Amino acid sequence: MFIHSNITRHLVFTSCLVCFIFLQSFSTVLYVGEKEQFSSIKKALAASKAGDTIIITRGTYKEGNIIIDKPVCLLGRDLPVLDGELKYEILSVKSDSVVIKGLQLQNSGRAAMNDPGAIKIYDASHIRIEDNRLQNNYFGIFLQYATHCIIRNNTIKASQKEEHQSGNGIHCWKSDSLQIIGNRIYGHRDGIYFEFVTHSVIWRNIAHFNLRYGLHFMFSHQNAYITNYFKGNGAGVAVMFTKKVIMINNTFEENWGDAAYGVLFKELSDCYLSGNRFYRNTTGIFFDGSNRITAEHNTFQANGWGMRIQANCMDNKISRNNFMGNIFDVATNGTLTLNEFSENYWDKYEGYDLNKDKTGDVPFHPLSLFSVIVERNPPAMLLYRSFMVSLMDKSEKILPSLTPETFVDKKPHMVPYDI
Amino acid sequence: MRRILKYVILDIIKNKTVIAYTIMLSLFSWGTFALEDNASKSLLSLLNIVLLIVPLMSVLFATIYVYNSSEFIELLVSQPVKRSKIWNALFTGLSISLIIAYVAGVGVPLLLFSDTGTALIMIAAGSLLSAIFVAIAFLSSILTRDKAKGIGISIMLWLYFSLLFDGLVLFLFFQFSDYPIEKIVVVLSALSPVDLFRILVLLQLDISDMMGYAGAVFEKFFGNQWGLLISFSLLVLWIIVPFYLSLKKFKKQNL
Amino acid sequence: MITIKNISKRFGKLLALDNLNLQLHQGECIALIGPNGCGKTTLIKSILGMVLPNEGSILFNEKDIRNDNEYRRNIGYMPQIGRYPENMTVGQVIDMIKGIRNSNEQTDEELYTQFEIGKMLHKKMRTLSGGTTQKVSAILAFMFSPQVLILDEPTAGLDPIASEILKNKIIRAKSKGCLILITSHLLSELEGIASQIIYMQDGKLIFHQDVKALKTATGQDTIAKSIVQLLKRDRA
Repeated sequence: MFIHSNITRHLVFTSCLVCFIFLQSFSTVLYVGEKEQFSSIKKALAASKAGDTIIITRGTYKEGNIIIDKPVCLLGRDLPVLDGELKYEILSVKSDSVVIKGLQLQNSGRAAMNDPGAIKIYDASHIRIEDNRLQNNYFGIFLQYATHCIIRNNTIKASQKEEHQSGNGIHCWKSDSLQIIGNRIYGHRDGIYFEFVTHSVIWRNIAHFNLRYGLHFMFSHQNAYITNYFKGNGAGVAVMFTKKVIMINNTFEENWGDAAYGVLFKELSDCYLSGNRFYRNTTGIFFDGSNRITAEHNTFQANGWGMRIQANCMDNKISRNNFMGNIFDVATNGTLTLNEFSENYWDKYEGYDLNKDKTGDVPFHPLSLFSVIVERNPPAMLLYRSFMVSLMDKSEKILPSLTPETFVDKKPHMVPYDI
Repeated sequence: MRRILKYVILDIIKNKTVIAYTIMLSLFSWGTFALEDNASKSLLSLLNIVLLIVPLMSVLFATIYVYNSSEFIELLVSQPVKRSKIWNALFTGLSISLIIAYVAGVGVPLLLFSDTGTALIMIAAGSLLSAIFVAIAFLSSILTRDKAKGIGISIMLWLYFSLLFDGLVLFLFFQFSDYPIEKIVVVLSALSPVDLFRILVLLQLDISDMMGYAGAVFEKFFGNQWGLLISFSLLVLWIIVPFYLSLKKFKKQNL
Repeated sequence: MITIKNISKRFGKLLALDNLNLQLHQGECIALIGPNGCGKTTLIKSILGMVLPNEGSILFNEKDIRNDNEYRRNIGYMPQIGRYPENMTVGQVIDMIKGIRNSNEQTDEELYTQFEIGKMLHKKMRTLSGGTTQKVSAILAFMFSPQVLILDEPTAGLDPIASEILKNKIIRAKSKGCLILITSHLLSELEGIASQIIYMQDGKLIFHQDVKALKTATGQDTIAKSIVQLLKRDRA
């Protein structure tokens, strides 16, 4: 059995190698550069055929809009610069199976009408965009009607000051089966923007200090967001009108501001959140009209509000999370609670655990009276930490009257979870 | 004046109540910082304690001290010194002693455990708060010759600034929640030194973003260098005004 | 030396001093007597500038004392009850007053030595007995050899020996030409010290007389008896 499988593996390998050599012999490598065979990328492209590789050597190329309409591989050697002179869309990909790698793309056009980007993919599949450096573009990488594309290890930077002068870092529209991996996006309007994007993986990206959202999607079902890092974006992360999203091990941090959220969930349902870390946000998670969301093993730490749940949310399960050092762990604008809190660790819990099973013997009411007051009347936050408020909160703890009795964690965890 | 000041400070520093106060403050501060691994959380707990105890202690101790010193004040008045110098020396002596107690009790652990900016603001504002309530004590003790009444007035004033004033503000928020009263409230908060102090520290902790529009108004008002300057000037004004009023009365007081 | 012109002082409804006129001269030891609440203390405090009269003026060496404090350099005052900051030591109190006076003259340390205060300089005022506190007050009053001494119940609480020391000191001061104003409930105490008597009642001056003249006029041999005699005669 062992020998047999070994032989099979060998056969597969050999046949692959044969295919590779076969293909290789038919494709050519074209060089672009000052002292090379082609002086411009456009000339090389015109001379190339499907499956060719174009190697662009060091230099600055200002060739206006370059249209890639056949499956070629565009490789940069020593990071050549393609400059759009603030007028042109630099690379327009209109063919399947194109590879763009190792280029520096800068100064794309600014016109807001046709959304010019450094790289724009029109209705294509199996595109790979890797290891590029994008600087000072309107949109960074723009995908429309794209499928099975890989966007990997690109650094995307912009420096516009105003939202309306800036496009998104990675912008995907009506696409499917994308892999967005290991990109760094800085200073764009939205770091990653999805609209009607499905079945995609967003993994290990860093979106920080973008003008609006680090991540923003709507109508984008069944995507997974894993180990991404969102920090200091103007309004945090906002996701809307979507079903079946998975978010695992992401970090949302330092999104402080009047309307900034670690994550804003608007009209999301059937999602799963686990191992995420919400740290130093004005609001860790804001749930608005969101149903059937399971949030477990997340850490909410040092936020203004750990979690805000609007009254229009139901059947959400919040369990085994850590709530630590938040000003308010939880707030709601409703009186009725249709969501379940259980087995969370609350650092504000003052109960005891007589049988040492690490579960508190007294239920915990995470909603403080002051949070209810502030929810109704935000300026009352002015009185935070005043003696009167502490007194009110204490008396409410002893004799609950204004906070809903049903808003309760019956099995509060005594020690923080190791997440 | 410096002669009197020196001996007044020497006297108060050795006072058992002041020693107990210092020890209590430092127990609280070291305790909160030691028990709490989150520095900003312990800062807030400390803020609670400071906001409550520092004004109470300052106002009560100073009131009682002034009443107990009435014969001593008489003796000083019989000496060739201006009355204003005596009153100044007593006030400065009390303030400095209580500030020393505060800095020794709260300031040292603050500097060790908290970030320097916040610590410095809290030390400065807390010191001012001590002096403010000493000034308030001087005012209430000059208003009446009756010691019990004077202490009563002091406690009432403390209660007002620590509790009733905030209640009033909250009441206003709810009563006029449909109107844009943020700016009025900003101005109103300057009317209580305790609130002013609290807000100064809260601004260091970026709480303003949680207040919606009011927070923006607040941040704009107090958040920059000028705001800090204005707040501290207001705190200083809170020392000067009550003390000046008491001094004016003391100059014409029959002892 | 001290001229009191038409002074009145009202505390609310109470008229504590009622249009009082007095001339107090150097070298006299004047006993200020009268029933409780007659205005003695108010008078003393007015002279010291602690109480500000509603009307009238007080001249010290021909200068109005209003808005002046330097004249007090020439006054030594010993209060009836001396209460000092609890934690100050005896030494600190003496140092402080010396510092306030800031005089370069040689201080009079006679009482200081006689009362043997030197060995308790490090004691806190709180721990002293009433008598010892009075001794400290006395030392402070006499220390700067003032022209005027105002002594409010000086011997109250003092032991007989200390009391005698203080009396002798008062007599010596008088002979040096000081003006001494003294109040006491014990008229016998004043015997041999007082040279003039001021008797007050309800804020009014009843009489201001020389002791010798008083005694001759009433035909009595002690101050106490002659005053009783005088008051009887008035009432009759």
